[in-house]
Amino acid sequence: MAVALDTSAAPPAKTAETMSISPGLRSASPVLILLGLGFLAPLITVAAYAFAAPKSFDVFRSFTLENFAAIFDPQNTVWTSFVWSLIFAFLTVVLLAVIAYPIAYGMNRMFGKWAGFVSVLFVFPLFVSENVRLYGWVLFFIKNGVLDGALKWLGFAGGPEVLYTPGAILFGMLYVYLPFMLFPMSLGIAMIPRDLVDAARDLGASRLMIWREVELPLAMPGILIGMLLTFVLGAGAVAESKILGGQSIITIAQDIEVAFTYAQNWPLGSALALILVAIVSGLALYVLSKLDLDRILGRR
Amino acid sequence: MTLATAAAIEATPVPEGAGHVATKPVLQLVGVKKVFGEFAAVDGINVDFKEGEFVSIVGPSGSGKTTLLRMLAGMESPSEGYITLRGNLINDVPADQRPTCLVFQSLALFPHKTVGENIEFPLKVRKMPPAERKERALELMRMVRLPESYYGKNVMRCSGGEKQRVALARAFAYDPDVLFFDEPLSALDYKLKKALEKELKDLHRESGKTFVYITHSLEEAMVMSDRVGVMSRGRIAQIGTPEEIYTKPVNRFVAEFFGEVNSFEVTERVGGWTTADGTVLTVSGVPDGVSGKATVIVRPETMRFVPAGSSADNTISGVIYNEYSLGSRMQYQVHAGERIFLVEASRTASGGLSAGDAVTIGWDAADAIVVGD
Repeated sequence: MAVALDTSAAPPAKTAETMSISPGLRSASPVLILLGLGFLAPLITVAAYAFAAPKSFDVFRSFTLENFAAIFDPQNTVWTSFVWSLIFAFLTVVLLAVIAYPIAYGMNRMFGKWAGFVSVLFVFPLFVSENVRLYGWVLFFIKNGVLDGALKWLGFAGGPEVLYTPGAILFGMLYVYLPFMLFPMSLGIAMIPRDLVDAARDLGASRLMIWREVELPLAMPGILIGMLLTFVLGAGAVAESKILGGQSIITIAQDIEVAFTYAQNWPLGSALALILVAIVSGLALYVLSKLDLDRILGRR
Repeated sequence: MTLATAAAIEATPVPEGAGHVATKPVLQLVGVKKVFGEFAAVDGINVDFKEGEFVSIVGPSGSGKTTLLRMLAGMESPSEGYITLRGNLINDVPADQRPTCLVFQSLALFPHKTVGENIEFPLKVRKMPPAERKERALELMRMVRLPESYYGKNVMRCSGGEKQRVALARAFAYDPDVLFFDEPLSALDYKLKKALEKELKDLHRESGKTFVYITHSLEEAMVMSDRVGVMSRGRIAQIGTPEEIYTKPVNRFVAEFFGEVNSFEVTERVGGWTTADGTVLTVSGVPDGVSGKATVIVRPETMRFVPAGSSADNTISGVIYNEYSLGSRMQYQVHAGERIFLVEASRTASGGLSAGDAVTIGWDAADAIVVGD
């Protein structure tokens, strides 16, 4: 006791021991170095480029807000790309939530504890490159393609002209991002104990009431993670609009890509990327702050 | 047949508030069977549950008690037979439309809701206004002895005993005609379990509801119940008051369900009931219809030491092999040749006996139980 009092009263002595790195920090260092080099450094570089002189590579040497000024210039229509990207991301999230919930629910009812495994099967297409899969759909929808050709062969007037429309882009996004919604959602639904549903029913609750009061709140963590994943991915989507949309709509990711490649204006691309990161993370953090996961999970 | 039963029940008027054990059957099971493939999990059960009664159904795992409970609660439909509630056939009435409520073994509390919200759930289902709901919830919390401050507490932060009370209050909020319990006390430690058993019985008395309690512990059933039904292989082996089950078990299964007993398989010979080694036992109270073969059961607590100079109807000489303390009482393992007997005695009555002592043990014919095979 007396010893403890002594040390607290005196200023901590800077012995060799306190100077050395704690075991926890040492153990974490490989991950810290990896994250620092692979994640933080590129992010800092992008942020630095955003403030570099336009159409230059004077990163860390120049500082200017010209890139942002150009983006926020009323003459510049780049904001439409932001709007399109966010609208498509939002529609993807909402539609996927509606589409994936019944699938995830059905799988859990049908396959029970195997549902996780079955939803991995849904992830299988991810092993094939996204572009290849999207070109597959082009072949399906294109004039004289699978759909159109088959309908004509059957004597119909031919397939609808859906390719290169915003609808086709949305379809492509739903198709590509379904597994990212389904997998976490399925895990979320699997977390609902059977007893709770039985108990709610025993207490007189209708099917709708059980869903609203018990199943949905308990599956919420999984649903939220799925929504967050698909929103972040959807906001950065580019292949769908290029391949299925035939560039009928330019997404913000495409603008960024063009700035970095074709236009060779890295500072402008970086500034656009930085704004996108700010919007997406801002929205995500806002939604997460509104929803208390611990409360939903009953840990508090 | 069902209609006749229904009419019979309707015709039996029972005055309101006739005391906590009335005679009117609130729930009736007639030849109830549940078959899964080839296997009859419940194989023909007939029981009447009277209004306000506390009945326990006891059985080892696999005896069909859980299947029976699921049928009673409306989560399974019987394959055969009739379940009637206040005279109405409810075989296929789903759980949400039955005026019955099950307290789950897991309690099945909603983890994302507070204590208050859990209790109010059935009231919310009935669209009771929030203010009224809260009033009723607080009333129920008082009834199950939960402090009012728990109303807004997250239910997962309650202790095991408190969760038990929340589950009970929620069941009472539903205001069911019959409450079913699927051994909700099994996960609790011994001391808390004992306290809650008594509390549950008090609550039963105060509420006047009909309780049907499923458990594998006969001890638990005995403490609380007006009647106990012992299940074995899908059937009710015996149903009666705890006293009847204890003193007049109908077969060896029921007798042995209480725990260790001394049993003698006897056959009827010219000299009387004779054991395998040829000893003729003095036996009384052989039930009607038992002949040829029977089992004589002597509970460790009715087996006693017979000191020199005193006598008992039946005696056996042996040696004390070991002794076990049961608290206020002692249990002795006595070896007599090949056989092992258990004798229970108070510490004072058995004074000074210890392992290795040669003793005579015995019992009076009236203390033994004779059951057929």
